[in-house]
Amino acid sequence: MDAQLILENGARFFGKTFGAEKDIVGEIVFTTGMTGYQETLTDPSYAGQIVTMTFPLIGNYGINLEDMEAKHTNLKAFVVREKCDYPSNFRNEMNLDDFLKEQGVVGIEGIDTRAVTKIIREYGTMRACIVSGDPDEAEVKALLSTLDNSHVIMDTTTDQVYTLNRDGKTKVAFIDMGAKDGILRDLIKRDCAVTVYPANIPAAIIEETKPDLVFLSNGPGDPLDAPGTVNTAKALIGKFPVCGICMGHQIIGLALGCKTKKLKFGHHGANHPVKDLMTGNVYITSQNHNYIVSDYTDDVEETFINVNDGTCEGIRHKTLPVQSVQFHPEAAPGPLDTGWLFDRFLKEVL
Amino acid sequence: MPLNKAIKKVLVIGSGPIVIGQAAEFDYSGSQACQAIKDEGIEVVLVNSNPATIMTDRGMAAKTYIEPLTAEYVEKIIAKERPDSVIAGMGGQTGLNLTCELYDKGVFDKYNVNVIGTSIASIKEGEDRDSFKRLMERTHQPIAPSEIVTTVDSGIRFAEKIGYPVIVRPAYTLGGTGGGIAENEDELITILSQGLHLSRIGQVLLEKSIKGWKEIEFEVMRDGAGNCITVCSMENVDPVGVHTGDSIVVAPALTLADKEYQMLRKAAIDIINSIEIKGGCNVQFALDPNSFDYCVIEINPRVSRSSALASKATGYPIAKIAAKIALGYNLDEITNAVTGKTYACFEPAIDYVVTKIPKWPFDKFFGAKRNLGTKMMATGEIMSIGNSFEASLLKGIRSLEIKQFTLERESSKNRSTIELKQRVIVPDDERLFDLAELIRRNYHLEKLSEITGMDLFFLHKIKKIIDAEEELKGYTLDSITPGVMKYYKKLGFADAGIAELIGSTSDEVYKKRIQMGITPVYKMVDTCAGEFEAVSPYYYSTYDDVTESVPSDRKKVIVIGSGPIRIGQGIEFDYCSVHCVLSLEQNDIETIIINNNPETVSTDFDTSDKLYFEPLTEEDVYNIITLEKPDGVVLQFGGQTAIKLANFLASMNVPVLGTQPKYIDEAEDREKFDDMLEKLNIKRPKGKAVWSVKEGIEEANRLEYPLLVRPSYVLGGQGMEITRNEIDLVRYLTDAFKKDSDNPVLIDRYLGGRELEVDAICDGTDVLIPGIMEHLERAGIHSGDSISIYPPQHVPEHIIEKIKDVTYRIALELKVIGMINIQFIEFKNELYIIEVNPRSSRTVPYITKVTNVPVIDIATRIMMGETLKSMGYKTGIAPVTSTVAIKIPVFSTEKLPQVEVSLGPEMRSTGEVLGVGRSFTEALYKGFVAAGTTIPKPGSTILATICGHEKDNFLPLAKRCHDMGCKFVATPGTASFLEEHGIPVQKAKKISEGVPNVLDVIRSGMIDLIVDLPAKGNDVYSDGFKIRRISTECSVSLMTSIDTFSAMVDVMEVGLTPDKVDVISLDDIK
Repeated sequence: MDAQLILENGARFFGKTFGAEKDIVGEIVFTTGMTGYQETLTDPSYAGQIVTMTFPLIGNYGINLEDMEAKHTNLKAFVVREKCDYPSNFRNEMNLDDFLKEQGVVGIEGIDTRAVTKIIREYGTMRACIVSGDPDEAEVKALLSTLDNSHVIMDTTTDQVYTLNRDGKTKVAFIDMGAKDGILRDLIKRDCAVTVYPANIPAAIIEETKPDLVFLSNGPGDPLDAPGTVNTAKALIGKFPVCGICMGHQIIGLALGCKTKKLKFGHHGANHPVKDLMTGNVYITSQNHNYIVSDYTDDVEETFINVNDGTCEGIRHKTLPVQSVQFHPEAAPGPLDTGWLFDRFLKEVL
Repeated sequence: MPLNKAIKKVLVIGSGPIVIGQAAEFDYSGSQACQAIKDEGIEVVLVNSNPATIMTDRGMAAKTYIEPLTAEYVEKIIAKERPDSVIAGMGGQTGLNLTCELYDKGVFDKYNVNVIGTSIASIKEGEDRDSFKRLMERTHQPIAPSEIVTTVDSGIRFAEKIGYPVIVRPAYTLGGTGGGIAENEDELITILSQGLHLSRIGQVLLEKSIKGWKEIEFEVMRDGAGNCITVCSMENVDPVGVHTGDSIVVAPALTLADKEYQMLRKAAIDIINSIEIKGGCNVQFALDPNSFDYCVIEINPRVSRSSALASKATGYPIAKIAAKIALGYNLDEITNAVTGKTYACFEPAIDYVVTKIPKWPFDKFFGAKRNLGTKMMATGEIMSIGNSFEASLLKGIRSLEIKQFTLERESSKNRSTIELKQRVIVPDDERLFDLAELIRRNYHLEKLSEITGMDLFFLHKIKKIIDAEEELKGYTLDSITPGVMKYYKKLGFADAGIAELIGSTSDEVYKKRIQMGITPVYKMVDTCAGEFEAVSPYYYSTYDDVTESVPSDRKKVIVIGSGPIRIGQGIEFDYCSVHCVLSLEQNDIETIIINNNPETVSTDFDTSDKLYFEPLTEEDVYNIITLEKPDGVVLQFGGQTAIKLANFLASMNVPVLGTQPKYIDEAEDREKFDDMLEKLNIKRPKGKAVWSVKEGIEEANRLEYPLLVRPSYVLGGQGMEITRNEIDLVRYLTDAFKKDSDNPVLIDRYLGGRELEVDAICDGTDVLIPGIMEHLERAGIHSGDSISIYPPQHVPEHIIEKIKDVTYRIALELKVIGMINIQFIEFKNELYIIEVNPRSSRTVPYITKVTNVPVIDIATRIMMGETLKSMGYKTGIAPVTSTVAIKIPVFSTEKLPQVEVSLGPEMRSTGEVLGVGRSFTEALYKGFVAAGTTIPKPGSTILATICGHEKDNFLPLAKRCHDMGCKFVATPGTASFLEEHGIPVQKAKKISEGVPNVLDVIRSGMIDLIVDLPAKGNDVYSDGFKIRRISTECSVSLMTSIDTFSAMVDVMEVGLTPDKVDVISLDDIK
């Protein structure tokens, strides 16, 4: 169906929808990863967002049911220049169009995605909508104002407590704020028994179980929208080793008294260089975040920085067993260069 | 670590002459490395035997030596210049092998030279087949079952163990030379014995064939601190089995899921970490299309053809970064020049599809066996950028200059379905079109994928193009709507392609398209998919919404490049284009380059103010002109590719700088040209165009034999022959008219005189000749294949005066503004003209370097309005130097099975070397050494096989060789002749006389030089042809012209050895 992608700054792009066909409002971001669209589609951190793929050919290898980062998609819409109608791969089970239909996600193709990307780069992350009609400016404004992404964490977190790999050696209390399965896979691979809790879990419940490690997952949105989880983290720090990734890292930062800041258009992709300040080594990482930790308190030291813009990519507490990273060592999608970080996290326990 | 301050003077070793498998990409990487080192205030000493390169320009290095790339000569340079460091891996396989050799000989130790960048130990680990295997085991990387063999017998035993087909890969050879796939024992014996011979260390790897797996490459960088990044992944559209240099390649890889991609990426990084690469490295994988199984095929611990492609495909300058790493920098300390803000320690994200298509030389070599395999045959390549695979592929096809604008090809259409099927299974250069034709006939894609190994993804994309083509045939110019037009333009169709399919002309389609307001936009190549603001002025066209190229209001000039490297149009033209740009920049003019060759310096986005990576067709060039509105367009430096655009641009009222299209046409059109010569009273060999065999015989009798015959419609000596009698003539004419009865055959008197050549610069009033070049071989051998001498050694003063006069008059008559190239024959004290090219020629870089006249700079400034006088030059010949510089052609015929190797009117060489000496013989001696020609010594054995009319000329030369202590082996006729004249000779049997015959003698390795003077070439059944092929395949030096051999004898008599000659830097050429 003919449709328009309309950005908050007024820019309009004409394309054709696929997947689910409905009008949709979301926060528009772009990701520069050239492979891994399926992991991107199923990454809960994209909840509430319209994701633009900068790589022009999407869907080439189809969809398989193994590379899912969550049971279902959470993003609002998927913007591509060209979707592939005839995917080819030995694991291909569905094509992109059918997958999005089944997931109820709007896709739009035929878009000058580079032009969209440049607008986001210039004006920052903004609201956008995909509509089939031709609304005027006022109608667009009204439509965009309906967007409220403040509950995306609660939308994506688990609604019940469950344990994976029950007999694992290390007991991990895992706070799910919209976790990617990749993180769970990496923990289980290292023989962790992982109990997954919802984001609003009170600290006391976790304390009772006496975990070896508390792990805060990634997740969508603004960490300031999750004050409850920040308080939980605050209560657990000092009692147990605490680690986190992405949103989890931001929550830990807030719990330690640091601040968070919104980036202009975030980091979304699989090519971000990050420097380990302890060794000076640089790693290529997978990233997906709009917020960063800033204004460190005296107890906190920076462990990783982004080579391109110098922003915070990792912190630790100077004395307590607390550490976290902004990027995604579990990759999926992205480079496997920093998978060793899970070993480092688990060392805290030993 | 920042810059290593201990490094003060670095030796850079180039890659030598352009040959198949080692082309302009090393000029690009070498130039970039020199520049990067110079930028740090470090002195560069450069050695490269190839004078056509930009890297060997004055000013590129502190000291430049155009000297043979052998250990002796490089040691001399080291002794003289005393560099403290040497960087390996910038000069391709040649540079790498030479560095290893110097290291092994202890030369670096002797002179305290450090190898910077990747160490010799690391290089050997990657290159040596045996240690590579151990490396793979250590890093837990799978490889195909394989074994190193050093004898044919052990090879056969191993092949029986793993089963056929078996891949044969010799160690330390270029572009897979000597390799191949053996399907059975007979084939194995042939390929293996050749491979063993060609490998520098007599090692060959036999490997189980994984033919049909996906071939994926990664370009990886690593710094001294161990930081690793991958610059780019590349996927071969042709699966394993076709050499990557002969494959269509896309970047990034398009059919890998993230899991497969990251698995291979990690493997690549683990490998280069393990051998501690410091710089760039290429890693090639084979990936099973049906599982996660993969094998590492090979690694190249140096910059390569693939790294050049990756650099152009991403905007990430691999050679430059590798040089900085060698100087001590870490990746996170090097700024990304494209963004100016981010660092080299990141991985480029690209938001378009790059396609590389090889350019094969089969148009020059009719007889060649065109099947593609593990041995590379392409001379060059094109790259195209689009934001769909379809657009990228279609752009690529029209960049090849094979008159294809769609996937519909006449030759494929005429083939039966069975034939097409066979042809796609055993691929050759037309596979893409054969494949397309099968798809057009609704051959099942799944089956097609099965028999070709090509991924269904690509086949579906090709089908989309074909469906579009078929659908378009239902339209007419009038019925095309703007929506349809936009769809086809977005899909990548050229106006000319649309015109073909709807039965219109490209001009009409263009007009219609403009009426509809459908024009391309230009997107930037910025390494980061738009994530960061970029300053790189590097663009490609699409039919998307928003353009990123904003024309400036500066005075600007577009320079049209020369496209892919091919025989007859090589790196020389890139040299000219780049120099034109440099000259314009000095005069504060904005420069814009349009070109499509990823291997070259001209397509480095640092070279010009703006780079458009686009096909060089009328439409693509004119689109850019419409946007940029340049003050002028330069065509003179882009070879025939650019000159071809002259009439079109004139018709569109585009200002062409320099000689006007009307006059270009006058020189190119034979009739107009003849009229002009007549008018100026300038002689040319008598001749006529004939339309029938009968007319031909009559004309021949009038002109007298020998005669030069050629079809009228082709350029570059294609199909040209010398006929010495009526039988040959009738055969030639019959054949020619059978092929094409619509065009005449040109018959010229063949004058067996001395060929002379000039490149001249004219401003409309004065004509400057930088130098006259004398060809060593008599007329009849293509000028590009002749040994060329400067300054002339055997030309009388009055002929030189005459050349000056004729050049002056022709240049003025053709109203040349800029460059002109003229070729002459001096015959019986008279001067005849044989060819005029109203443009820069392939000898310009050579003549520039050996005369010290900045030819392109002068020509460019003249085009921009300056005069020779205002620059301090006047009519005449520039002062000659006391040094002698001799250009010697280099051939790649060993890479092309079944190709004739003897010299003739058709050009066959791919590259050239220069010998610079204090005397003629010294220069020639060095030239031969640089070209790798064996110079016989006392005790050497020469194999002679001489045709009738050359026997008498050969005799005195043979006597002189005999007197020097050389031995002769000869075929029966020649042997009897030599014996009759008192020269002892060992007789070798003709091929028909059974074994051991002359071929076995050559194979035995006892022959040092072969002199084979054929009556005529190209007859694949003759003994001579087979002798020449065997000599090429066994790397025995071969001479096919009496003149070359005569000069060789002169050199032999002087008795030069490396210790008796000096190395001469460019500064010493005076």
